[in-house]
Amino acid sequence: MTNAANKPAGSIEIRNGRLIDPRHRIDGKASLFVAAGRIAAVGAPPAGWRGDRIIDAAGCVVCPGLVDLAARLREPGFEYMATLESEMNAAIAGGVTSLACPPDTDPALDEPGLVEMLKHRARSLNQAHVYPVGALTVGLRGENITEMGELAEAGCIAFSHADAPLADTQVLRRALQYAETFDYPVWLRPQDAYLARGGVAHDGEVATRLGLAAIPAAAEIIALDTILTLARETGARVHIARLSTREGVARVREAKRAGLKLTCDVAIHHVHLCDIDIGWFDAQCHLVPPLRSARDRDALRAGLADGTIDAICSDHAPVDDDSKQLPFAEAEPGAIGLELLLPLTLKWAHEAKIPLAEALGRITAEPARVLGIDAGHLAAGAAADVCIVAIDEAWTVTRDALQSQGKNTPFLGVELAGRVRYTLVDGQIVYEPTA
Amino acid sequence: MRNPQLNGDGELQHLLTLEGLPAPVIDRILDTALPFVSIAERDVKKVPLLRGKTVFNLFFENSTRTRTTFEIAAKRLSADVINLNIGVSSTSKGETLLDTIDNLVAMNADMFVVRHAQSGAAHLIAQHLSAADRPHIHVINAGDGRHAHPTQGLLDLFTIRHYKKDFHGLTVAIVGDLLHSRVARSLIHGLTTLGTTEVRVIGPQTLLPTAIESMGVHVFHDMRTGLAGADVVVMLRLQSERMKGALLPSAGEYFKHYGLTMEKLALAKPDAIVMHPGPMNRGVEIDSAVADGAHSVILPQVTFGIAVRMAVMSMLAGN
Amino acid sequence: MISVTAADPAREGLPDAEATIAALAEKMGAAIAYDAKLVGIYSGGAWLAERLAEILPGEHPVGFIDVSFYRDDYGKKGLRAKVATTTLPFEIGNSRIVLVDDVLYTGRSVRAAINELFDYGRPESIELAVLIDRGGRELPIEATYVGARVAVARDSSIVLQRHLDGRFELSVEPIESAPGA
Repeated sequence: MTNAANKPAGSIEIRNGRLIDPRHRIDGKASLFVAAGRIAAVGAPPAGWRGDRIIDAAGCVVCPGLVDLAARLREPGFEYMATLESEMNAAIAGGVTSLACPPDTDPALDEPGLVEMLKHRARSLNQAHVYPVGALTVGLRGENITEMGELAEAGCIAFSHADAPLADTQVLRRALQYAETFDYPVWLRPQDAYLARGGVAHDGEVATRLGLAAIPAAAEIIALDTILTLARETGARVHIARLSTREGVARVREAKRAGLKLTCDVAIHHVHLCDIDIGWFDAQCHLVPPLRSARDRDALRAGLADGTIDAICSDHAPVDDDSKQLPFAEAEPGAIGLELLLPLTLKWAHEAKIPLAEALGRITAEPARVLGIDAGHLAAGAAADVCIVAIDEAWTVTRDALQSQGKNTPFLGVELAGRVRYTLVDGQIVYEPTA
Repeated sequence: MRNPQLNGDGELQHLLTLEGLPAPVIDRILDTALPFVSIAERDVKKVPLLRGKTVFNLFFENSTRTRTTFEIAAKRLSADVINLNIGVSSTSKGETLLDTIDNLVAMNADMFVVRHAQSGAAHLIAQHLSAADRPHIHVINAGDGRHAHPTQGLLDLFTIRHYKKDFHGLTVAIVGDLLHSRVARSLIHGLTTLGTTEVRVIGPQTLLPTAIESMGVHVFHDMRTGLAGADVVVMLRLQSERMKGALLPSAGEYFKHYGLTMEKLALAKPDAIVMHPGPMNRGVEIDSAVADGAHSVILPQVTFGIAVRMAVMSMLAGN
Repeated sequence: MISVTAADPAREGLPDAEATIAALAEKMGAAIAYDAKLVGIYSGGAWLAERLAEILPGEHPVGFIDVSFYRDDYGKKGLRAKVATTTLPFEIGNSRIVLVDDVLYTGRSVRAAINELFDYGRPESIELAVLIDRGGRELPIEATYVGARVAVARDSSIVLQRHLDGRFELSVEPIESAPGA
């Protein structure tokens, strides 16, 4: 499979496809016209149209390029796990045209220089748009706040604490107050450091049987209550990252109903899997947050259906083989997801009988709204970030089929439906597998 | 999900856990252990079954007791035994667990007896050997983290069967730190599989795993209530580390509520037997009067342990 | 006297078990040592040893031996499903032993039994008494006392049964269902 990067940005007509634009409530057969890096028109060609290329999207869905709220590119610092090159290839192979990367690199993204370097590297690859999320505290050590202004200037669109513990509630409160001063969004994963300490699996029947150190649901609830209380008090714009418990969903639903300005996401693996899938200690299922019970998973799905959870992200975390082939607790947590976000979202939509446009909205328009960027939609004038996907085409997740350097996914060997045929970024075809 | 312990013909390929092991397989292991008990009473305690086979004792966690019983068992089967205390050799130099296994396989290992501090280590090794298509190499789990200690579970079952004959109609009480106990988990699986009428677990909430009832046991926090009418009392060892980390205040208070004394034992059936996987902490979980008394079958457990391990090794090596 | 019951193909050509036991006991009675100890090989030889002890003149203690741990086919067939416990309620060292088995065929069971006996002690002598010798030896082993000699096809097994009333019966069965000889 070859990626056609750096093709000249001529004008393109995409015809015969089922055009789905969740933000503008479009779902039907329509042509899309792309020129000079932007959407020129939807439905009928603009006056004086001359197309350099016609893409026949028969049998495919034509939708906005995916916006992924969490994809680790592993640079700087973890190049043995993956590099920008391999993971950016994985992104466009998965139809992802905009992605936010967490600050848990090595060193952490707490210096403007590091952010600039990352953006520069990403831009030179001419693939998906990369939006770095800056570290909330220096070194993610939870002690001192970072120079958020400088980092924002360098390109950070939000600040988070990734998966690092932030136990000092006074530091948390002050960080939220500071961020609120400049209206910077703060992304927080609710996990109480003390209750989660040493744990590797959800505290329930499965962890008890397998003898795995456990993380109770309370670790998420208590942290969530703390975050919501402080968000209410400080007025900071908070995004809850990677919800995993049913009570967590209930809390967020309640808070939104009470008028709190809040967004939240769930990782795609938690939409499908639960702790039983660990089976006989499958380290591919060692994730953070842990896979919880079937009831928790069902509540997450219900939360996605009713909008309590705004977006689904991949939580992409490539891990080298050696780091996964260890006893469960010792294995590096995480799973890749850039190339699985779309087919797994389609699988959820099919199983839960969610209208396709609504499901796709959770990985396009909604995450774009959380990021605060003009993306994830196909109105005339918008950047031409487009994904053309054969939603009924099946493919098997094999090591060879994956572009990512990490092959760590619980879905290895599984057949999924939904194969990306073309990915366009800024009007250029950046992915067009010849196979 | 296919049981990784059984090969394509339904025969025992590895012994990793008692969970999911069918009752007839467990019964067969216990039946096979019987003749090995009397072999131990002969002058020549060897039989030639594993002659020419090499057994590697891979102990990533120190344990002289268990390692010695496996060594004795393997030698009585005429196997060549090699002991590896991995803490002091290659993995501390950075060699991965699976690299160590691959190297030993290249040295013609026939059987691995593995003890590891992490739950799932034995399964990882078995899956690795399976993926490498090595059907004649067998893995025995000698204890992985908190998860399982199947040979201990089997020798406990053998002991109970020896004294009580039938599991139906029995009440078995397991007392102590179940949260951290692989011995308890294995024994619970074995007891429920063999149809034990009532399995009770007794301990403070801090030492009982979440949702342990789902394993088929009744939970008691009060030891006196839990021991009432018990036929078998199994005492678990309380490690001194549990006093740190806010699980328990002190050994003294623990002994008061959960230690086995003659007075508490009187609440069980008059012919109740007392078991302990060893090593015992006298005065912490068990009183010396009980440990050395008429109800105690703690020493026979050790003898049975060698016979059970000989049975397991000879059944595996023949498959 | 050897009688043949013609109608049953499973017993065709086989002598009557009870009569053969009587014949074997007669041969042994005069010849074995007064203090000989009988050791029957499970399971057919064990039953036989018990019966012989009843009908032979004099007092002969009886023991039972299970050769599963000494068989030479463990590598191919693994451990047998039912392993009985060898029970020898007397000293083997310096004893005169008579090994008892129901059918002598390849000689491998007897080899295993002898090896096992030597792990209990050094006997003064070992003799072998078998109910049926069907030939087909693969090792240089011969019985001292033989009830009857019978020829059977290679794919068949001769099986000794003991009925609930204690009566013995011989039959021929295809090789899968029978324990190894």
